[in-house]
Amino acid sequence: MIRTALLVAAKDLRIERRSRVLLWQVLPFGVMALVLSGLALGPTHAGHSSAGPGLFYLVMLLVALLMINRSQVIEGTPGTKASVATLGLDPAGVFLGKALALAVELWLTGLVLLGGSVLVLHTALVGTLSALPSVVVTLAALAAAGTLYGALSGGGQGPATLLPVLSLPAFSPLLIAGERSFSAALHGGGLWRWWLISLVALVAYLGVGILLYGVLEES
Amino acid sequence: MMKLLSQRLLGPVTLVLLALTFWFGLWVTPPDKIQGNLARLLYVHPAIAWVALYLSFGTATIASALYLWKRSRSVVMDRVAHCAVEVSLVFIVLTLITGSLWGRPTWGVWWAWDARLTSTAILGVFAVGYLALRRANDDFEQRARRSAVVAILAAINVPIIHFSVQWWKTLHQGASVFTPGGNFKVHGVMLTTLFISLAAFTLLFFWLLRARYRVEVLRDERQRVSLDEALAQRRREGVH
Amino acid sequence: MSSPSPEVTLRDAVVLVGGFPLLSGVNLELAPSSLTVVTGANGAGKTSLLRLLAGLVALTSGAGVVAGVDLRGDLRELRRRVGWLGHEGSFYDDLSASENLVFAAKALERPTSEVANVLERVGLASRATTSTKQLSAGQRRRLGLAWLLLRRPALWLLDEPYASLDDEGRTFFDQLIGDVVAGGATVVVSAHDPLRSSELAPRTVTLAGGLVVADRS
Repeated sequence: MIRTALLVAAKDLRIERRSRVLLWQVLPFGVMALVLSGLALGPTHAGHSSAGPGLFYLVMLLVALLMINRSQVIEGTPGTKASVATLGLDPAGVFLGKALALAVELWLTGLVLLGGSVLVLHTALVGTLSALPSVVVTLAALAAAGTLYGALSGGGQGPATLLPVLSLPAFSPLLIAGERSFSAALHGGGLWRWWLISLVALVAYLGVGILLYGVLEES
Repeated sequence: MMKLLSQRLLGPVTLVLLALTFWFGLWVTPPDKIQGNLARLLYVHPAIAWVALYLSFGTATIASALYLWKRSRSVVMDRVAHCAVEVSLVFIVLTLITGSLWGRPTWGVWWAWDARLTSTAILGVFAVGYLALRRANDDFEQRARRSAVVAILAAINVPIIHFSVQWWKTLHQGASVFTPGGNFKVHGVMLTTLFISLAAFTLLFFWLLRARYRVEVLRDERQRVSLDEALAQRRREGVH
Repeated sequence: MSSPSPEVTLRDAVVLVGGFPLLSGVNLELAPSSLTVVTGANGAGKTSLLRLLAGLVALTSGAGVVAGVDLRGDLRELRRRVGWLGHEGSFYDDLSASENLVFAAKALERPTSEVANVLERVGLASRATTSTKQLSAGQRRRLGLAWLLLRRPALWLLDEPYASLDDEGRTFFDQLIGDVVAGGATVVVSAHDPLRSSELAPRTVTLAGGLVVADRS
């Protein structure tokens, strides 16, 4: 399972490095979305750092939807799926590999957007840096959940509009946990509850993915 | 014989209990000393919420799990899960409506980002997502498996969403029925009405589930007939 | 070849997808180490038959055993035993020919040194580092064959392999298929045109309306 996971993750990241979709399409989208969110708050509130954590995570959710779709589209051509199916890869390993690759991509994007949130949304640098561990865990949970929901929504072959309606309700507690822990890192406050939410979600999605990804691949 | 009798009696008994609920709730019980007549929503809102969030979602989850387990996999489980989610969505919407009706005079707004209302709304979108997934899929096996996984994921999310939203913000009325020690807060005819309401809406769930299940069976039978015709037509292509 | 001899047996095989019967009751038996060509008009069910044999679609009714695997059983096991060459794109477009094969080799736990050998055999050694999306249709077909040579399955399922090939490409394919059958594998090829492939094939099965309507040995 681990060997397959590393093989699949390396393949997905190699494809990303070649195609540079993250660099030339997703990151610019994320930065623009951050700027737009500032504009949407209006001139009085645009520079208000208290909105920073929430807006950061809202933009990350939108970025995640794009990346999840991309992760599935890579596998999604019928011919590729058929060829790869004959390799007999362990589905649990495939799930872990795709989730790991997606997590790496989200972490990289998150790093850039955290910089954006310091610059554009005026979140304090020290507080933003101390939010890094919770951002890493929350985005990992998002990646695990997203990989599952990406496969559920048709694996790149289903309508693109299905993924958001399936996944966003599941992402909502991660949005809450992420925003609250980022805010606590900026302004002080208890962190353990929000860490617990993100960790429980991460473990739950990893567990379900390892157990049931094979069922989704069969279907 | 017993099964037939209980099936025939389900509808009439449900209607009688609903009628009793409304009669007791609107006329027999006195107004609450603090909330006045607004408290009469207590006789429907908790019962509807219990059906929406626990009974129907729980039924869908169990049926979905049984579908995914090879030994109990059958089209019956898939149908039960599907119908339970549809009925759940109806009750979720009713929960939100009755909750808002109570909230407007109490909090001054129709929607106040209360923990329970927000969790319920999110679960409603889960239900919509489940139904959207089924509509997007023609292939029975694929649709059944994917829906079953979605239902199980939704069930796993129930406690996660519940705690995250609750810790985030709580404006909701504290427990209306039980004290923290587990004793009843509501007494006398109010408590009786509450139990009647719980029974009524629970039976209503099963009545609606059964009716919806019957429609699903008829739809599948019609589809099977058209499949037989499609097969015959396809075979004729081979002859000509 | 590493796998046990396959055998294909289908009895009244029906495949329904989206309510449409792709196969409407196929009866077929294929002996091991044989070459069979499946012909028929567009929409006859050729690709669907091959996909059924590959475990890529499920049997709706009827019975079948392919490569020792019951079609009602574990299709994942069946897919491990067969080789599939589809007529649509079969690789990761952003990876090079060599990288696609290295991925397959690692997945199959074969030494990656075999990749250079198979690329040489299919005439793609000079295009090893070319991105797959830049390969021509014929070159992609050859890459598909390289994938199969790496896999060494006992049952080869080739869906319209001659499409987009020039004469030289077709000759190459015929030679390779002949070698593979001589090596003990069972090969099933779907083709519109039986004339070309009948130079090799002792058996031609014709489909129409999802049924076998002719069977010539």
